[in-house]
Amino acid sequence: MDITVESLTFWVCALIVLGGAFGVIWSRNPVHSALSLVATLFGVAVLFLNQNAQLLAAVQVIVYTGAIVVLILFVLMLLGVDRDEDIDDEPLIGQRTLAAVAAVALFGVVFGVFVIGGAGIVTGTPNCADGQIVTSGSPYEPGCDPVNPQLATVTDSPNINQIGRVLFTDFAFAFEITAALLTIAVVAAVVLARRPKDVAPIPEPADLGYENVDDIEEPA
Amino acid sequence: MVELVWLIPMLPLVGFVALLLLGKRLGDPWAGWLATAMVGASFVTACVVFIGLLGQPENTYEHSYFTWIPAGSFQVDVNTLLDPMAMAMVLFITGISTLIHLYSIGYMHGDEKYWKFFLYLNLFVFSMLVLVLGGNLLLTFLGWEGVGTSSYLLISFWFGKEANASAGKKAFVTNRIGDWGFMVAMFFVFLTFGTLNYTEFLPAAVSGDVAETTLTIIAVMLFIGAIGKSAQIPLYIWLPDAMAGPTPVSALIHAATMVTAGVYLMCRISPILSVSAEWVPMLIAWTGAITALVAATIATAQMDIKKVLAYSTVSQLGYMFLAVGIGAYWVAIFHMITHAFFKACLFLGSGSVIHGMHDEQDMRRMGNLRKYMPITAITFLCGWLAIAGIPPFSGFWSKDEILTYALHENPALYAIGLFAALLTAYYMSRAVFRTFYGDEKWRVVPVPDDGQTLADALAAAPDEERDAALDSVPDLVLTFDPEPPHGRIDATYEPHESAWTMTIPLVVLAFFSVVAGFLNIPFGSLHFLEDWLEPSFVLSNPAILDVTTIQTITELAVGSAVGIVGCIAGYLLWRGSRPEQKRAQLPFFANAWYYDITITRIMGGPGRIAADALAWFDRTVIDGAINGIGIVTVESSTVLRRMQSGYLRRYALALALGAAVLLVFIASRVVNL
Amino acid sequence: MSGSSLTTGYLVLSAMLFALGAFGLLRRRNPLVMLMCVELMLNAVNLTFVTFGRMLNDITGQVIVFFVLVVAAAEVVVGLGLIVAIARRRPGATADDIRVLRG
Repeated sequence: MDITVESLTFWVCALIVLGGAFGVIWSRNPVHSALSLVATLFGVAVLFLNQNAQLLAAVQVIVYTGAIVVLILFVLMLLGVDRDEDIDDEPLIGQRTLAAVAAVALFGVVFGVFVIGGAGIVTGTPNCADGQIVTSGSPYEPGCDPVNPQLATVTDSPNINQIGRVLFTDFAFAFEITAALLTIAVVAAVVLARRPKDVAPIPEPADLGYENVDDIEEPA
Repeated sequence: MVELVWLIPMLPLVGFVALLLLGKRLGDPWAGWLATAMVGASFVTACVVFIGLLGQPENTYEHSYFTWIPAGSFQVDVNTLLDPMAMAMVLFITGISTLIHLYSIGYMHGDEKYWKFFLYLNLFVFSMLVLVLGGNLLLTFLGWEGVGTSSYLLISFWFGKEANASAGKKAFVTNRIGDWGFMVAMFFVFLTFGTLNYTEFLPAAVSGDVAETTLTIIAVMLFIGAIGKSAQIPLYIWLPDAMAGPTPVSALIHAATMVTAGVYLMCRISPILSVSAEWVPMLIAWTGAITALVAATIATAQMDIKKVLAYSTVSQLGYMFLAVGIGAYWVAIFHMITHAFFKACLFLGSGSVIHGMHDEQDMRRMGNLRKYMPITAITFLCGWLAIAGIPPFSGFWSKDEILTYALHENPALYAIGLFAALLTAYYMSRAVFRTFYGDEKWRVVPVPDDGQTLADALAAAPDEERDAALDSVPDLVLTFDPEPPHGRIDATYEPHESAWTMTIPLVVLAFFSVVAGFLNIPFGSLHFLEDWLEPSFVLSNPAILDVTTIQTITELAVGSAVGIVGCIAGYLLWRGSRPEQKRAQLPFFANAWYYDITITRIMGGPGRIAADALAWFDRTVIDGAINGIGIVTVESSTVLRRMQSGYLRRYALALALGAAVLLVFIASRVVNL
Repeated sequence: MSGSSLTTGYLVLSAMLFALGAFGLLRRRNPLVMLMCVELMLNAVNLTFVTFGRMLNDITGQVIVFFVLVVAAAEVVVGLGLIVAIARRRPGATADDIRVLRG
C-alpha cells in the first residue's frame, strides 16, 4: 500500500476515533466520556473529508459535536448525574462476559468477511489491484480502471451540489418526513421534560425509610 | 287375552310408582296390602294370559311394543317372547310373589321402613318379570340388573348394622363379575348376528353358518353370568351372606326367583349350548354337580337355620345346572318350579320360627317347636319331605328326573347327584329334628350378649347351668364364624304361632310342595310339563330319554331309598341329644371349606397388592402424565420468566447477541467466497 | 483512493467502532453514557455508508448519512427528555434501577 496523504490521514484519524471510543466506554466520569465522544466525532468528521464528503463533515461537526454533545453535557450538569460510576462492579451475572462475546462477535464477523474477501465481497464489486479504482460502467456494474489523477481530484460537481440535487428530487419525500419528525421530537421533548402539576411529588426512598431504590414496592 | 301379557310386569311397576309417591303416607299395613294387591293382580293376569296362550300356535306368543334403541344398525325393541317356558315361570313367579308379599305384611309389621320394603319388593317383581318376558338379550339384561339392584337394596335393608351392608355389597360385587360375562356375550351376539332378539339369533345360531368358536365364547360368557346370578362355584359366596336380609327376601329372591334367573338364561340360549364346543355343556353339568355336592356338605354343619337353607338353595341350583348341562332343559325348569315351592315354604317356615322365637336363628336354642307352632311345623315338614326326595312329594319327582337323565348321560354325574341327595335328606332332617323336636333348648342354653358367641356365654355361666346345657346340646362348645343372630329370649319364653297373614302362605306353599310333582309323572301320558315345554326347546337338541318302565321304576326306587336313608340317619343322630352330635359337624364344612377366608386372604394379600399397584399406576403414571403437563408448564415458565428481569441492559444484551447471530447468518448467505 | 485495501480499512474501523459502542452500551449504567455509546454506533454506521458510497461511486450513501444524522439528533432529544423525566422522579437512578416491567 502506498503512503498517500489519504492513507496517512486515515491511520491518524483511526487512532483518534478509537482512542475516543475507548475513552467513552471506560471513563468513570461521564463528563470525561462526553469529551471523548467529541474526539471521536471529530475524527469521524475528518474521515468524511478524506472520502470527499465535505458537506457531511461540516454537518457532523455542527450538528453532532456542536449540538448533540452539548445537549448531553447540559443534561449531565442539570441532573447532577456526573458522579463517578463504578465500572468494575457488575451486579448482573454474566453481563461482562457476554457483552464482550457480543462485541467480539459483531466485530469479528465483519472483520473476517472483509479482511478475507476484500471490500467488494458484499457489494459484488471487483477487488481492484493497487493503482486501480472501481469506476467502469454504472455504479452497479463496476469494473476496475487505472487511477487517473485527474479523476481522483475532479468530480462532476461540488459535493454540496450533488447532495442538494439528489436530496430535493429523489429523496424529497424522505426529506419532508424527516422535517416532520424533527418537529414531533421537539414537541415530545417539551412534553416529557415538563414538570407535572397535579401530581404529588414522589417521595425519596430515604424519606420512606428505604435504603435502596430497589426496595421500593411499586403499586400494582 | 294373550295380548294382556304386557300388563303382567306393568302392574308391579305401577305398585312401585304408587308406593314411591304414597308409600310413606300409607304406612303399615296399607302399603303392604297395596303391593300385594298389585302382584296378586299380576298373577291373575298371568292366569288369564295363560288361558289365552293355549290358543296360540305352538303355545308361543311374540309381540314387539315399541322401539327402545334406534341407533342405526343397532336396533333394540321392547318386545316379548312368551313361550311355554316363560309362561310357566311367570305363573310361579307371580304366584309365589303374591304369597310372599302377603307373608311380609305380617313379618315386617312394626319395622320403621315398612313401606320401603314393599317398594323394593315390587321393583323386584317387575324386574324379574321383565327378565323372563323379555324377547331380547338386552331386555333380559335389564331385568337381570334390576333384580340385582333390588336384591342389593333388600339384603342391606337393615343397613344400620355393618354386616348387613357388607352382605349387600358382596352380593352386588359378585353378581357384577357375572354381569361382565353377560355383557361380553351380548357384544359377541350382536357382532355375530347383528341382532339381540331371541327369535332371530337363536335359529341363526343352529343354522350352521356361525363358527363354533364364537358360539363357544358366547355360551361360556353367558354361563359366567349365570354362575354369578345363580350362585354356583366359584361365585356362590354371596348367597349365604345374603341371609342377612329379612326372611321374605331370602324366600323370594334367593330361593324361588332371582337365583333361578341363571338357569332361565341357560335354558333360553340352549340352542347355542347345543352347537357350541363339546366341553361347554359338560362344564356346566360338572359345575352344577360339584356345587350340589359341596354345598350339601357345608349345610350339614351349619347352626343358623337360614344358612342351612341358603346352602341348600345353592345345592339345588347345582342340580338345575346339572340338568341343563346334560341337555335335560325341561327337567331343569321342572325342578325350578318344585324347588320354588318347597324352598319358599321352608324359608317362610323358618321365618315364622324366627319370628316366633323373637329373632333367634341358632338351632342350638330351639327345639320342640311343633308344640307351640303347629301350622309352621306341619308346613315345614311338607317342605322337608319334598326336598328330601320322599315320594310322592314334589321334590322326589323332579330330582329323580334329573338323576335319571344323568345316569344315562354319565354315571359319575349320577353318583355325585345321588350322594348329594343323600346329604340333602340328612341335613334337612337334622334341621327339622333340632328345631321342631327334642328338648326346648332355649330354656337351658344361656343367652349370649351382643357380639358374644354361645360358647362364650356358656363359659360364663355357672356350673350347673353349663352341665345342663351341655347335656341338652353337646355341640354348644363349637364356634363357627360368623355366629348366627341370637334373640334375647330367656328360659321363660313361650313361643307363639304367627298371624294368619303368615300362615296362609305357608299352607298354600306346603300344599304345592306336595302336589307340584304331579305336573310330570314319568309314566305313559302323564308327561304334562315335558309336553308343555317342548316348543321352547325345539332348536336345542335336548336330551331324549329312552328307557323302559322297569328301568324307570328301578331308578325311582333307588332315589326314594336314598332319601329315606338320609332321613333315617338324620333322625337317629339328631332326635334328642347325643354326644356323637358334637363330632358329626366337621369344622371344615361349617367354615364352608374355608373358601371365603381363602378368597379374603388372596384378595387381601396379593390381590390388594395388585390393586394397589394398579391404583399407583393410575395415580402416578396416568394422572401424573396429565398433572405433569401442568407442572412442567408451571416449572418451565417459572424458570423462563427470569428472562424478563426488567433490566434494560439484559434486554440490550439479548438484542446484541441476537444481532450477532443474525449477522453471521446473513454473512454466510450473502457472501460468495 | 488507493484501492480496496484502504476501503477495507475504513470498513474494519467502522466495525471496531460499532463493537466498542455495543460493548459500552451493555456495560455502562449511567443513562447518558449509554446514550453516548449509541452515538458511537451510529457514527460507525455513517462511516460505513460513506465508504460504500465512495466505493460504488454513488452519492446515495452520503444522502443516507444525512438522514441518519437528523434522526439521531431527534432521538437524542427525545432520549434526553426521557432521562430528565425519570431522573426527576428518582434522582441518581441508573439503568439498573428502572425495572418495573419485570416478569
